[in-house]
Amino acid sequence: MKKWLGMFATVWLGVATHKLRSFLTMLGIVIGVAAVIALMSIGRGAESSILSRIQGLGSNLITISPGSSTGAGGVRGGFGSSQTLTLEDAEAISQEVPYLSAIAPSYSSSLQVIVNSNNLNSRVTGVTPEYVQVYNLQTAEGDFISEYYYQQAMKVAVLGSNVKQTLFGDDDPIGQQIRMGSNIFTVIGVLQSKGVTISSSDDIILVPLTTLQQMVARTITSKGEHVVSSIALTVSDQQQTTYVGDAITTLLRDRHQLTPDADSDFRVISLEEIAGALNQTMNTMTLLLGAIAAISLLVGGIGVMNIMLVSVLERTREIGIRKALGAREQDIWGQFLIEAAFLTFSGGIIGVIIGWGISLAINYTGVMTTVVSPDIVILAVSVSVGIGLFFGFYPAWNASRLDPIQALRSE
Amino acid sequence: MIRLQDITKVYHIGKRDLTVLKGITLTIKQGELVALMGASGSGKTTLLNLIGCLDKPTSGSYYLEDKEVSSLKSSELAGIRAQKIGFIFQTFNLLSRLTALANVELGMTYAGGADRRLAIEALAKVGLAERVNHRPIELSGGEQQRVAIARALVKNPPLFLADEPTGQLDSHSGQEVMSILVSLHAEKAITSLIVTHDINIARYCQRIIHIKDGEVVAEKDA
Repeated sequence: MKKWLGMFATVWLGVATHKLRSFLTMLGIVIGVAAVIALMSIGRGAESSILSRIQGLGSNLITISPGSSTGAGGVRGGFGSSQTLTLEDAEAISQEVPYLSAIAPSYSSSLQVIVNSNNLNSRVTGVTPEYVQVYNLQTAEGDFISEYYYQQAMKVAVLGSNVKQTLFGDDDPIGQQIRMGSNIFTVIGVLQSKGVTISSSDDIILVPLTTLQQMVARTITSKGEHVVSSIALTVSDQQQTTYVGDAITTLLRDRHQLTPDADSDFRVISLEEIAGALNQTMNTMTLLLGAIAAISLLVGGIGVMNIMLVSVLERTREIGIRKALGAREQDIWGQFLIEAAFLTFSGGIIGVIIGWGISLAINYTGVMTTVVSPDIVILAVSVSVGIGLFFGFYPAWNASRLDPIQALRSE
Repeated sequence: MIRLQDITKVYHIGKRDLTVLKGITLTIKQGELVALMGASGSGKTTLLNLIGCLDKPTSGSYYLEDKEVSSLKSSELAGIRAQKIGFIFQTFNLLSRLTALANVELGMTYAGGADRRLAIEALAKVGLAERVNHRPIELSGGEQQRVAIARALVKNPPLFLADEPTGQLDSHSGQEVMSILVSLHAEKAITSLIVTHDINIARYCQRIIHIKDGEVVAEKDA
């Protein structure tokens, strides 16, 4: 205990004698650690906010999109470019696949929308009444498309909150008429805003699928089935998501009469998979940010080594005196090593405080969500101590190896 | 206490070999106060460093308290310096950023740990009870050397070595330092070896050993 107190007193003396130099040495580590903490917190924050938005959609969601079409000459279109999914597929799924709680086939088309003098080119989606359950939507005003509207192929529309704002401003849109193409629709409801999600429901206009199919050409396949652009469904038991996905694939391949070695002409994606993929992407980004910050930490470490080498040179005589008084090589070595580790440790602590502060400030401005996770804090502090030990090693070794007689003679 | 047998020391400077000590044989008994005299370059400081375990001889053997130490490892030599040897130097070699007290405590750090009470006692013994919290720069040369003496003796070493202890002091301070050394020697009977080229200093000692060109040329009792 006494020995450790003495050691600490020795180290403190070395640090306190050269306050400015010690501070500047620390500064490199402070900036490095603060950068690591702040950048990682931004990365983690983005990660968690995106994940929570996905969770908001419901992680038991499965979407089926048409596959890629291979046009003449073998040119492949993107996913969703072919017309392989049909309303009849959706019906077959709803009858044959277990664990479904709701299923919503939809057909999207881009249409010119006109209200009075307001003109908007919007994505119009034809949906079934179950669409609200699948996508977890609520109406802020009015009603959603009911079974009756759907069956009768009525010309009614439900607006996303942004669309409503653009077309009607603060006026009450319920009962108003809008023109889409050559048809007049009556607005029956407005959706509650969900904020930014991966596919925002704020920017869409929903109409009965039956109505849209009558308006748009080329929606009947050669087999007489009704083309849809996507089928979304929710699974009642989240554990069964994978099973349901596989069952759908098997069923649709069968319905589409694909040979076993042919590629599927559709794609089944569960939100879980999307979340996983996004999570991975975000992780990579966070790591990248951390790596950039780590470089500044490394530079700080080299600064520590530089200063420690100078410090050893300058204190050669002190080292000689200590050796004459009986200090062993490991005593001198330990003294300088602990001094370096102490500097970087203190720098690390200050860096954590500053980095945390920056992260809180960013959070406060509301521009970005930031999350400071304890593992990063612990990592940053231990890495800074590690840097002290690593970059202090050589200077300390240099100091311990000094010949006492020569060291005593130095000025 | 000290027995040297055919001690030689050769320094390699570039391609030349410089033989500083050419076979020194001498014995110093327990409790003796010995002066080691010689012109500069005679090898007396090299000899003192060897006896003080700061350096190893090129050949020959060195028995300290009947233990052969010339072949010990550097960490073992450090242990001997910590426990058995008190040094003072011509240039005092105090740490300028430490107070007198902290400098004396430093003398104990590597010999088992600092003890403030003993350090204050040691400073009182050299007449610096009032100056414990002064830094070296606030002390005169004589006072600084007295702090160094307190630092060397606070751990009660059996062997005390001084390298030109009065070399940087005026004659008055020099005499003061020497009388303190003599009285401490009388009190504790520490085996003491003082390197000097000043015959007036050597006269304080019981025995004078003369060295010239790395060899003992004369020995006489004072």
